[in-house]
Amino acid sequence: MALSGWGNFPTEVCRTYRETQARELAALVCDVAERRLIPRGLGRSYGDAALNREGVVDVSGRDRLIAFDETNGMLECEAGVSLACIVATFLPRGWFLPVTPGTKFVTVGGAIAADVHGKNHHVDGTLGNFVHELELLTADGSVLRCSRERNREAFCATLGGMGLTGIILSAKLTLRRVQSAYVRQTTIKCANLDVALERLEQSNDDYRYSVGWIDCLASGGSLGRTVLMLANEAAGHGMRVTARAQLGMPFNLPSSAFNLRTVTAFNAAYYRRQREGEQLIDYYRYFYPLDAIRSWNRMYGRRGFIQYQALVPLGTARGALVELLEAVSQAGLASFLAVLKRSGNAGEGILSFPFPGYTLALDIPNRGDATRHLARTLDRILLRHGGRIYLAKDAVTDAETFAAMYPSLPSFRSAKGRLDPAGRFSSSLSRRVGIST
Amino acid sequence: MTAKRTILILGAASGIARALARTLALEGHALILAGRDEDDLRRSVQDLETRFGGSYHACGFDATDWPSHDGFVKRCDELAGHALDDVVIAYGAMARQNEAAADPDLARQMIDVNLVSVICLGNRFADLLQARGKGTIAILSSVAGDRGRQSNFIYGAAKAGVSAYCQGLRNRLARHGVHVLTIKPGFVDTPMTQGLLNPRSPLVASPERVARDIAQAIRRRSNTLYTPWFWRYIMLVIRLVPESIFKRLRL
Repeated sequence: MALSGWGNFPTEVCRTYRETQARELAALVCDVAERRLIPRGLGRSYGDAALNREGVVDVSGRDRLIAFDETNGMLECEAGVSLACIVATFLPRGWFLPVTPGTKFVTVGGAIAADVHGKNHHVDGTLGNFVHELELLTADGSVLRCSRERNREAFCATLGGMGLTGIILSAKLTLRRVQSAYVRQTTIKCANLDVALERLEQSNDDYRYSVGWIDCLASGGSLGRTVLMLANEAAGHGMRVTARAQLGMPFNLPSSAFNLRTVTAFNAAYYRRQREGEQLIDYYRYFYPLDAIRSWNRMYGRRGFIQYQALVPLGTARGALVELLEAVSQAGLASFLAVLKRSGNAGEGILSFPFPGYTLALDIPNRGDATRHLARTLDRILLRHGGRIYLAKDAVTDAETFAAMYPSLPSFRSAKGRLDPAGRFSSSLSRRVGIST
Repeated sequence: MTAKRTILILGAASGIARALARTLALEGHALILAGRDEDDLRRSVQDLETRFGGSYHACGFDATDWPSHDGFVKRCDELAGHALDDVVIAYGAMARQNEAAADPDLARQMIDVNLVSVICLGNRFADLLQARGKGTIAILSSVAGDRGRQSNFIYGAAKAGVSAYCQGLRNRLARHGVHVLTIKPGFVDTPMTQGLLNPRSPLVASPERVARDIAQAIRRRSNTLYTPWFWRYIMLVIRLVPESIFKRLRL
C-alpha cells in the first residue's frame, strides 16, 4: 500500500500489517524473520518515520483503555488509543492530557515514541515525564515491562525512540486534573522578533501555555513579527464545550495555489486581524486549532510539504532565529505562519528532541530541489549554533548532519543493539539519518 | 433518550462489533460480549467500563461447537438477569473465493460459521425472546448475499441464506412482538477484510460509521439496513441486471 506521513512527502509502497493482539504481533515479529518492521499509529509524523517498504505494522487498532484511577489520574491503555479518545473520554470528567502536541489525532504509542512536547514545554517538559511504565514487544517476541525502576535503559531508549526499540503495546501515564475545559488566553502582537523573544521570556513563569504564530515572510524591521497566545487554565467555566462543525479539505489544492504573493498577503492579513487582549477559549480551540479542518495537509497539493522544526539553544537563540528567518524569506518558498515556542528542560529519552531554547516550526511546500536546498541551508545554520531538528517532523536531513545534532546517538545505538541485535525494527527515517542500517 | 436495554453481541471481537459495542455503551445499554476468546473480551469489557462506566460481561463461545449452544444461551440469559432485550449476531468468516473453492473443508467451514450456526443460535434466541414477547434480533448478513458474483459467491451463498433466514424469522416473530433486523454492510474496513479491500476507496466505510447506522436501525426497528445507505441503490442496480448479461460480467 502506498503510504506517506502527514506531509504527503515522501510516499513509499509499504507492505502493511494490521495485527492488534499481543500474541499476533509477537508471532509477526518472530515470523517474518528477514523482514524489518516499523510500528505506525495514525500516520501523523510528517516525514518517513512510519514508512518502511519491508513492513509497516499499523497498531492503531490496539485502542482499548485498560484502567483509570480517579484518585490520582493514572491511565493505563493500549498504545493505539488516540489522544482524541483520551480527551473525549476524560475531559468531561475533569482530566486532560499532561502534555499534548498540536493535534489530538495521534496515538499514545506514537506520542511516546516521538516524546512529544506541547505549549507547556517550558513548564512541564515532554510527555515522557508523565509516562510511568511501558509494555514493549521486543525483537525476540517477548514483552518487556519497562519503567524508571525496571529496564530503565529500554524505557529511556523507547521514549523518543521513534519505534526503533520495539512495538509499544501499552502504557501507564498520568492525566492532569483540570478545573474547566477552558483557558484564559492573552493575545499579544509583537512587531518583530526582538519584541517577541522579550515578551516570551517575561511571560515564562506566568503562563503554563504559550505559543507564537510567527510570520516568516515578513522582513526588514518586521522580521519575525509574531502573535503570542499565552494562556492559563480558567477555573469555574465547566467541562462542557459546544461542538464545532468539522470542516474538510476533500481534495488536494493545486500546488500553485500558494505562491509567495498569496501567502505573504495571507500572513499579513492574519497578523492585522488579531486583537490584543484576553479571551476565554475552550481546550479544543486553543490546543487543536487545525484539527477543525480534516486533511488540512492537502492544502499543499499532491507534492506535499515538509515541516522543518528547528531547535536552537537559549544562549544564541536570537542570532540563530534571525538567520533561519532570513534564509526562509530569501528562499522565496511560500511558508505559512510558523510556530515559535520556548522550550524547557531536556526529556529523559535518549533521542528526545527538546532542550532549553527556542523552537521554530515551519511548513515548506515541496518544490523538489529548492526545498531540499533550503532545508540544507537551515541545517547548516543549526549546526553552527548547536541546534537540532525533530525526528517526528523530518523528511530530508542526512546522517552526518543528524549525528552532529544528536551527540547521544551512540548511546541510543548501543541500547538498541542490546534490545534489537538483529536490527528487526527499522524505518526509512532511521536508515536515512543513520540510526540503523 | 431511549430506554436502557440489555444487549448480547455474538462475535464481539469483530471490527464492526467492537465499534457497535462502544456506540451502544455510549447510549447507556448493558452489554454481554460473546466470542471465542473470553480473555480478550474481558479486556474489551475493561475498555467499556473505563470509558463509559456501566455494566458489561464477557462470555466465551464457539459458533461451531454445536453441543455447547444450549448451555451458552442459558448462560447469556443468566448473565442478563433473565431480562435479555436484544441479540446481535455479528460474527462472520470470509476466506478468499479461490481458496475456499479449492478446499472443501474451508468452504464447509465458511457455510457452518456464516449460515448454519446463525440458524441454530437464531432459533434458540428466537424461542427465548418470543416467550417474553419483546426484543430485537439483529443479524449481520451482507450485500454479498444479494446476488452471487464470481469473485465471492461461497461467502455470498452463506449470506444469501442468512438474509432468507432473517426474512422468515421476522415473519414468524412479528406477531409476537419480537423484531428481526437484517444488516447488509457494504465494504467495511475491518480485520476480516484486511488485505482484501483498499481502505482509502470511497466505497469503503469505517466500522464506526456502520456501527452508528446499526444502533439507529435497532432503535427504529428497521427491517433491512444497508450501510452505508448508498449500497441499497448499488445492490438494486446489480439485482436488476438480467442474468443473461450478468453471467458475462466480471464482478
